[in-house]
Formats: sequence, C-alpha cells, structure tokens
Amino acid sequence: MSLLTEGAEVARPAGADARVEPSLAGVGDYIALMKPRVMSLVVFTALVGLMVAPGYLHPVVGFISLLCIAVGAGAAGALNMWYDADIDAVMARTADRPIPAGRVTRGEALGFGVTLAGGSVAVLGLAANWLAAGLLAFTIFFYVAIYTMWLKRSTPQNIVIGGAAGAFPPMIGWAAATGGLGIESLVLFLIIFFWTPPHFWALSLWRAGDYARAGIPMLPVVAGPAETRRQILIYSLVLAPLGVLPWVAGYAGALYGVTSLVMGAGMIGLAVRVKCETGLTGAKQLFGFSILYLFVLFAVLLADDRLAHLLGRSV
Amino acid sequence: MTIMARHGEHDGEEGVVLTEEQKRRRRARSIAIALALGALVFLFYALTIVKVGLHPLQPAP
Repeated sequence: MSLLTEGAEVARPAGADARVEPSLAGVGDYIALMKPRVMSLVVFTALVGLMVAPGYLHPVVGFISLLCIAVGAGAAGALNMWYDADIDAVMARTADRPIPAGRVTRGEALGFGVTLAGGSVAVLGLAANWLAAGLLAFTIFFYVAIYTMWLKRSTPQNIVIGGAAGAFPPMIGWAAATGGLGIESLVLFLIIFFWTPPHFWALSLWRAGDYARAGIPMLPVVAGPAETRRQILIYSLVLAPLGVLPWVAGYAGALYGVTSLVMGAGMIGLAVRVKCETGLTGAKQLFGFSILYLFVLFAVLLADDRLAHLLGRSV
Repeated sequence: MTIMARHGEHDGEEGVVLTEEQKRRRRARSIAIALALGALVFLFYALTIVKVGLHPLQPAP
C-alpha cells in the first residue's frame, strides 16, 4: 500500500487540486473495508461446516483455513465497497463508510481487496486443499461480479440469487476438512440461502427510501411493501422446514431437532406478524430474530455434534 | 484538526509536507503491515511443520 495515492472522485474533498494527496486512511478504515460484522457470521458458519464434517483436520490447518475464509470474505467486502462507492455515498446507512467519507480512495480499496482475495485463496489451497480454495475463489467472484456488479443494480431478486455467496462458507469449511462436498454441507448451504431473503427484506422495509435514492431495485422499492411482506412469509415457510432437515435426515440429534423446531416457529410467527401489520415493528423484530435464528441453529448443530462425539454415539 | 497535506517548500525543495495526523496514520499503517507480515511468517512456519509431520505434539489422526 503506497503512501501517495491517486484520489478517487468520491474520496477527494471538494476544492482539492489535481495533485496526489497522502493517504488519510487509518488502520480502522481498512478493517471497516472488510465488513467485520458480515465476516463474523461467515467465519462462524464456516467453523460449523468445518467442525461437523467427518474426518480429521489438524487444528493448525483448521485455524489457517478459517483465517483464509475470513480474509476472503473481507476481500469480497472491500471489493464490494470499491464498486459501490457511488451508491454508498447517497445511502444514510453506508455514507460513513471509508470510501464515501473520503478516508480511503477507490484505488486503495481495489488494491487491498484484490491482494487479500489472491492471498486468501492461494494460502487456503496450500494449507487445506484446492477444492476449498476454488470454492472460496468462486464465492468472492460471485459476491463481487455476480451480486455487486450485476444483480444488485438490475433486479429485485438481487439478494435472493446473491445470497448464495453468503451461503457458501459452511461448504468451504466442509471442503477444507474433507476434500469433498457432502449432501450435509448442501443442506447447510440451503438453510443460509433461504434465510437471506427474509433477513434482508425485513431490513429493506424500513430502508426502502435509502434504496430508492440510490436507485437499487430492492423488492419494497420495485414491488411495494405488501408484496415484500408476502415474500418474507413465503421464504420463512420454506426456511423453517429446511432448518429441521439436518435432524430429520439424521445428521443431527434431538437437541438440534427441538431447537430448530422452536426457532423455525419463531421465524414463521414473526413473518406472519410482518405480513399482517402495516407498521415496521414486526419487520425490525424479524430482522433481529433472523440473526439469532441462524446463530442459534449453527451453534446448536455444533454443540450437538460435539456432544455426539463425547458420548460416542452416532446421530 | 487539519489532516490535509500541504504542498510547498520543505527544506528548500518542492514536496509534500505531512501533517501530524497523517504521520500518525502512516505510522499506524506501517505497524499494522509489520504485524501482518510477522503473523504470516509464523503461520507459514507452523503450517510447514505440520505438513512435514515433524510437530512433536501432533495428535494422531
């Protein structure tokens, strides 16, 4: 990273001349570029995929694999902010991100993202295996090129299809541990895939004005809140049974089964409330609960798996 | 707090004069890069030891 950088249009303060300016970026800005909150969920789901996978993985290799997945997710976040700097600048939720706030130039973010992406994929391939590395590379590509550059600005189905990028981490963890892709990891993929639409559409219900100003065709902007509320309920009705599937299919024990049933009922209950009301209270509750839902499901799946190993039983 | 650099004469030569804030941020970035490189060296060392199977505490598969 160079000290002197070319100022991007969104990073250059008004009135600055055409000369290059010394970078204003602090370390915290580079951490912010990696979207640490998103990264934490990615790392957690990847950890669960890695831990519940059959076979043995040396702890050092496991740690490096998770680190690579985290850095890969951070790279995707940085490249997303590089490309979306224009729309981030007009949305209240994202206006203070490092690029629109003028602390990091687009060029710096691009270089940072590409370096992290290449490094994380290469090290994961060397440490674990090249299937996991290939999946990580595809995930970064999918998030940046398919979701950010194409779908986000062109279709209200953006977060449905783009949600696949967030659903891959448990498969990458599984692939790092086993060198293959089991049907169990596909179930974990499907849970996150169908969790994404109700989660983001709940958020978009009260952020619709922001998305409209930025010209992003989110579902509430294009189809209206009523249709969004209907779609949230439909996806929640698909998600809840999928959440129970690891237990029904025999991949998880009763602890997970009961938890997934209770949490699934909670998701559906809140989705029904969102569908029936006209205010935003239910949507905000559903948004918060959906984060808890995914965290609890994966945490209990991991606990259930560890319990099975401790008790020496097969679930 | 002024964080913009000043272009102008510095010790008789044309150049960029960093503000104190820019110097502080540059130093923080340099330290972060050094720590990241150090961590990478350690990780590659640990990975190499594990891969060649010489780790004395390596648990049996």
